[in-house]
Amino acid sequence: MFSHLDTKSLIFGRLDLGAFPLHEPILVATFIAVALGGIVVVGALTYFRLWGYLWKEWFTSVDHKKIGIMYVVLALVMLMRGFADAVMMRTQQAIAFGGNEGFLPPHHYDQVFTAHGVIMIFFMAMPFVTGLMNFVVPLQIGARDVSFPFLNNFSFWMTAAGAVLIMISLFVGEFARTGWLAYPPLSGADYSPGVGVDYYIWGLQVAGVGTTLSGINLVATIIKMRAPGMTMMKMPVFTWTSFCTNILIVATFPILTATLALLSLDRYVGTNFFTNDLGGNPMMYVNLIWIWGHPEVYILILPAFGIFSEIVATFCGKRLFGYASMVYATVVITILSYLVWLHHFFTMGSGASVNAFFGITTMIISIPTGAKVFNWLFTMYRGRIRFEVPMLWTIGFMVTFVIGGMTGVMLAVPPADFVLHNSLFLIAHFHNVIIGGVVFGVLAGFNYWFPKAFGFKLDPFWGKMSFWFWLIGFYFAFMPLYVLGLMGVTRRVSQFEDPSLQIWFIIAAFGAFLIALGIASFIIQLIVSFIKREELRDVTGDPWDGRTLEWSTSSPPPDYNFAFTPVIHDHDSWYDMKRRGYTRPLEGYRPIHMPKNTGTGVILAGLSVALGFALIWYIWWLAALSFAGIILVSIAHTFNYKRDFYIPAEEVVATENARTQLLMKKA
Amino acid sequence: MSSTPLDTKGEPVFYLKEDHHPENSTLLGFWLYLMSDCLIFAVLFATYAVLGRNYAAGPSPADLFDLTLVAINTAMLLFSSITYGFAMLAMEKNNKKATLGWLAITGIFGLAFLFLELYEFHHLILEGAGPNRSAFLSAFFTLVGTHGLHVTFGCIWLVTLMVQVSLHGLIPENRRRLMCLSMFWHFLDVVWIGVFSLVYLIGVVG
Repeated sequence: MFSHLDTKSLIFGRLDLGAFPLHEPILVATFIAVALGGIVVVGALTYFRLWGYLWKEWFTSVDHKKIGIMYVVLALVMLMRGFADAVMMRTQQAIAFGGNEGFLPPHHYDQVFTAHGVIMIFFMAMPFVTGLMNFVVPLQIGARDVSFPFLNNFSFWMTAAGAVLIMISLFVGEFARTGWLAYPPLSGADYSPGVGVDYYIWGLQVAGVGTTLSGINLVATIIKMRAPGMTMMKMPVFTWTSFCTNILIVATFPILTATLALLSLDRYVGTNFFTNDLGGNPMMYVNLIWIWGHPEVYILILPAFGIFSEIVATFCGKRLFGYASMVYATVVITILSYLVWLHHFFTMGSGASVNAFFGITTMIISIPTGAKVFNWLFTMYRGRIRFEVPMLWTIGFMVTFVIGGMTGVMLAVPPADFVLHNSLFLIAHFHNVIIGGVVFGVLAGFNYWFPKAFGFKLDPFWGKMSFWFWLIGFYFAFMPLYVLGLMGVTRRVSQFEDPSLQIWFIIAAFGAFLIALGIASFIIQLIVSFIKREELRDVTGDPWDGRTLEWSTSSPPPDYNFAFTPVIHDHDSWYDMKRRGYTRPLEGYRPIHMPKNTGTGVILAGLSVALGFALIWYIWWLAALSFAGIILVSIAHTFNYKRDFYIPAEEVVATENARTQLLMKKA
Repeated sequence: MSSTPLDTKGEPVFYLKEDHHPENSTLLGFWLYLMSDCLIFAVLFATYAVLGRNYAAGPSPADLFDLTLVAINTAMLLFSSITYGFAMLAMEKNNKKATLGWLAITGIFGLAFLFLELYEFHHLILEGAGPNRSAFLSAFFTLVGTHGLHVTFGCIWLVTLMVQVSLHGLIPENRRRLMCLSMFWHFLDVVWIGVFSLVYLIGVVG
């Protein structure tokens, strides 16, 4: 890589004008739209003088609630990008038949499906789930913040920095053309010499730092910060599933980090881990990446299970059926998720015994999952079900997820998998569980906890529109893919010969169109709710007649969450408090010890973007400078010993009295 | 609900009137970090175990490794762990000067270890046994190099802490930080014992 040591490449590395896709009309139009949108947003922020507010109250905030909200905002923005990719793929496949090449050339199509997968998993689902956990868990366990508030802010900004790198690849250079897990040797230096795979690697490495640290943070928070009286078996189910998810994060993301590091050594230094020659072994990569990758899908689905458990209990007005079995099922899934990774590549040829082992473990993991479904059903049985929007998502999930689970068990049978491997059947299966499970889950959670975060409910009409469009759209979009998969159509193909297949792709594209209406309804729901916020306002802090601690405080909660630390007697602690005549204390407030805001997280993440960009484009001076900057800023940060302050008792009194006034007016 | 705490009037208690101070989580958090780091090493060990015999018609461990050098190297790291232990004992006795002294000695041992490792790497590369020669050497350099990189960051951290201790003394924050670095340092020692046994000893003897 040092063959052209001239001045230009010393300064710009391999970055030149050719890296800007001026000849690609789709990208130019996208860029113009993004740039105009960006100018409008920046202009508006400047005009309304919001920069100072954003910096002081949000970007540098160490408040877990604000960080949680920022995660969800990031997830929603990336959902738009990832969904745009999906629409392009569906449209391309619906028209690219019989000599029609469609509108996406293969090298562009390959980037689109890679970006779609990477963005939806790492920058939509992960931040959404992390955001909800960040917002809800400390409130559910009666804590005032997480264990390491600065680390929390830093984690968020590292995730955002990874997303920034991925977005830069859209307009500067290209993205990987390898699929979302970048299998070598295709992703090695020989077959992918461009910057695409490097964007992939550094985007994920930067975001991975954030994910791992936020996992450590939440595990420590749940172990150490629970309110007095809350034993492990009195934790709300969402906290339990978050706990298991974060254990999985800590126990798997380092594997992804190490695996990608080995791939980057192959690409940058010329080592032979995953090459075809000199003793390298590409299947080593496939094993390692799935040892991370399979637990990853449980990292995403477990919090969704927790959300559904909270919602079912709340909207049926009953205790969750089988709390203990729910907890044990979660723990069993956590452990089993490590023992199934090989089912992603039965076709590797590891032999009948190995495949049988992993096939059986895969089938076993459906048992605790099935137990959960029965627990939700028994909670609903003889409950007084309120069909509010979160409950609709939950019921939609229960039906959809069970179908996805059954096709999963089909794929777990190795002989069947040899036929279905890498076919559209697989695509239909994992979208069935990820959309039906994770996406429905986070949207249910979004509707459920939105009033807690902002003090007003979301408009139910547009929420229901969104739900029905998503649900019906999902079936239209993915059931045809099961059919096509059984007919032998493989994934990641941009053009087709057989005209008899086209009708199924057209139905799938129609489904994507319905989902687009679902997303549009969601956006309308946000706008309408904001306009009607006074009408939808909830002053009680408990709009759904909730059962867990987060509903005991005001909406939005004060910075300190709870003026007095709650004492817990039962796992539905707020329901218990309401039932046994808890009265809100009106005096005796004390100053509250809180962590201070800091801009270090933003600075470190910004330097990480510079470092990633420099490494992608071989701009070595910038890489060295930004790396040195990261080390120096980190060290400088440790010289600051004054990281906390007290909210004075008068301020607590003022906040709590304002709430008392509101509650009295309401009564 | 027999365990419900009751107040003097026999009503259940739903909140604490006094301040609640959850236990500090730093040491637990640092343990969790160490375990996640341990997984990075686990991946590298596994990779070495799978690829470690793929010599690609190149040199094997028996051709390359000089056990005397590695023994000296290992001694440096083990001694540095002992001297870090002495630094922690001095910290317990509130002896700032002795703490700093032992930390400095620890740092010197750490640097000696790094120097010997770099010398070995340099030597191997000159012999044509660099990380690009075979999958075995890729795995070897990455595993040992990652450990060395950790020791390097440990040394930077050590110097930072020495400055902070001399500025602010053995205040609780600095004690906690010394404790974290102590765990990190001993952790690297344990990893090295794995490297020494599985890579060097088995490589040459086995």
